[in-house]
Amino acid sequence: MVETKKSAAPKAPRGHVVVNSERCKGCGFCAQFCPTGVLAMSRGFNLKGYHPPIVADAAKCSGCDLCGMYCPDFAIYGVKNGRKPESGDA
Amino acid sequence: MNADPRGVLTGSHFLDGDHAAAEGALAAGANFSAGYPITPSTEVVERLATRFPFTGGTFIQMEDELAASIAIQGAVWGGAKALTVTSGPGFSLMMEHIGYGVITETPFVLVDVQRGGPSTGLPTMPAQADMMQARWGSHGDYEIIALAPSSPQECFDLMIRCFNLSEKYRTPVLLMMDECVGHMLERVVIPSADKITIEPRRYTKKGPGETYWPYSLEECEGGCLVPPLTKVGDGHFPHITGLTHDERGYPAMNATAQATLLTRLTEKIRKNADDIITLEEDGTQDADVVVVSYGITARVCQPAIARARAEGHKVGFLRLVTVWPFAEKRIRELAERVSAFVVPEMNLGQIVREVERCAQGRTRVRSVTHAGGAVHDPDEIYKAIREVMA
Amino acid sequence: MNESYEATLSAPASAPVTCDTNPVEGWLRMDRMPHIWCPGCGIGTSVNCFTRAVEESALARENIAIVSGIGCTGRVAGYLLLDSFHTTHGRALPFATGLKLANPKTKVVVYSGDGDLFAIGGNHFIHAARRNLDMTVLCVNNFNYGMTGGQVAPTTPEFAVASTTPYGSVERPFNLPYLAQSCGAVYVARWTVYHVKQLTRSIKEALLKPGFTFIEIVAPCPTLFVRRNRLGDGLAMLKSYQENSVIKNGADTRECELGMTGQIICGKFVDIDRPSYLHNQVSHLRKVLGERYVIPDAWQGVVQ
Repeated sequence: MVETKKSAAPKAPRGHVVVNSERCKGCGFCAQFCPTGVLAMSRGFNLKGYHPPIVADAAKCSGCDLCGMYCPDFAIYGVKNGRKPESGDA
Repeated sequence: MNADPRGVLTGSHFLDGDHAAAEGALAAGANFSAGYPITPSTEVVERLATRFPFTGGTFIQMEDELAASIAIQGAVWGGAKALTVTSGPGFSLMMEHIGYGVITETPFVLVDVQRGGPSTGLPTMPAQADMMQARWGSHGDYEIIALAPSSPQECFDLMIRCFNLSEKYRTPVLLMMDECVGHMLERVVIPSADKITIEPRRYTKKGPGETYWPYSLEECEGGCLVPPLTKVGDGHFPHITGLTHDERGYPAMNATAQATLLTRLTEKIRKNADDIITLEEDGTQDADVVVVSYGITARVCQPAIARARAEGHKVGFLRLVTVWPFAEKRIRELAERVSAFVVPEMNLGQIVREVERCAQGRTRVRSVTHAGGAVHDPDEIYKAIREVMA
Repeated sequence: MNESYEATLSAPASAPVTCDTNPVEGWLRMDRMPHIWCPGCGIGTSVNCFTRAVEESALARENIAIVSGIGCTGRVAGYLLLDSFHTTHGRALPFATGLKLANPKTKVVVYSGDGDLFAIGGNHFIHAARRNLDMTVLCVNNFNYGMTGGQVAPTTPEFAVASTTPYGSVERPFNLPYLAQSCGAVYVARWTVYHVKQLTRSIKEALLKPGFTFIEIVAPCPTLFVRRNRLGDGLAMLKSYQENSVIKNGADTRECELGMTGQIICGKFVDIDRPSYLHNQVSHLRKVLGERYVIPDAWQGVVQ
């Protein structure tokens, strides 16, 4: 008999980032120092020719805002997703 | 408005010009000074240091004149009324910050008690050789206001006028004393506070949170070119910079912004020359020769003029109480009808060049120079007067 | 055509967005963005830390003034939405001195670069620290004069290349924490822009501590110093700070010299208490002059 494991419901990420791509100068600090590896520098580029960050793994974002603290151009920040206890919430 | 009695030492005093200047600042309501010792000006700040603790002011001796000349500007933006005092070598050091005060439109008074130069020169002896430096010493194009007292009494009176002009035109103003008026003792009468008129500082009427641009003429009427001030803590958050800026105070690195800013800054003074310039005249209505002078030299001229007049010559006298902006209009008017100007000054010929410029070759101009270190012998001035009459 | 990029992650519907504007923007003059600093320059990072520190300090906006000198770091004043003053080269500290003495309820922050504060401004630094005026000095040290093209500075490490020492500097650089301590600063710390959390905390401490507080902020100048010395780019420098820095709170500042190689000792080195200039002024004059002393109006209720 094959047991099917109940797959765990995917945990909602604890945070998310907001990127102002046009302001970014592609320095790479955010992607480098994100503690959970959420970001990567994109191959695409903005109007000024810089490569802004993209979210490579959204699930890992904790909203710690380290990216925001590092960014020299105020082009990214992290936000914790607020949680209100609701019925049915995991 | 009337002077604050706290700073007014009403009465009849026997003071030298340095001390009288300090009392003038106190009477004008100055409550901050930063300075550095330099002969022959030091007594001004020494007196301020002694008196301020009783009038609610504060003095700090800074580490050099560069620091002093900008500390006072920081204080003004903090809400104080401020002055600094120096002599030749310190005046040279303060040049950059005169320019900073002009372009940021920071009102303050800077006193130069002139001494023999150049360089260390004659620290304890008079000269009037910083007069062109007063006008042109800082780099770039600008106008400046400079007054020259001829007595300790005038050191008191003109100090108040300097502060009033600085507030009215939101600009640095120079008080060009010399070691002679600075160190001579004479009677100085200080009236009661209600007899002293003070030009109040004009602050913006905008409330905190309302958009206030530090260089906007929005709140100005009738062609006035002077924007109202604010101070730190009032919730206006101005940005003040020495870079060429627009009316928001933000750096604007282009030729148009430069022209706009510099035009307003220079016209602010030039268009108000009639209000700013004070002259003293005697016998110029029908004069044949007019003696033009300022500072202590204006008094040294008197025996020479009296002697020439006693001999029947029509000699007029014009004293430049305000040296900058220069009295171009009056000199041009006189140049139409007098045969010569005689310009004695304790330097090798500085303000005389302005007289020549305005006379435009229509009349003879005779300089009576002095390398400094002492006042003229009035005989020299008399001889010059007689010489131009020939 | 370039491939498009995903700009944001959309949050799950059950999780409300807590804010949608970068909270730092409230402290910035957004009408002047983007700023002039180069890609990978550490100044912007330090400003991020500064604004977060100000936020956490709970100081009222109208009670903070920022004064800077000339240079890349000197441009910080122009981007902050505070009473901000961009003064002359080297003279931010005396301007700040006058400002503080006229308006002591204002927390005065001097934010400037290594050349501005320690070459032309060196004299003013030593005296301001000596006087223990109540102000916070943030020095972004990028080891050269960035704005003017990367000339040698008093902090340029020995043998480093700069535009005016094209074959390498032969001068020993200043050890800024040691200098600050010996002049009398009551709080001395050094962090790099890699240490964003510690730097933010340190700035907050410095802001809230009375007296002359000083933080050296080591940052890359990718376009000039880093490039000329073949050190990579801004990111390479931050990784290098991560690798080569060691946190030694309370370290002896004499051992905190910086060179082209070797450790970058970071931490809080000095945290002492000394009465401030204003406090001394008032208490002494009261003692000497008694009832006759008239305290300046602006100091009433502010200076104890």
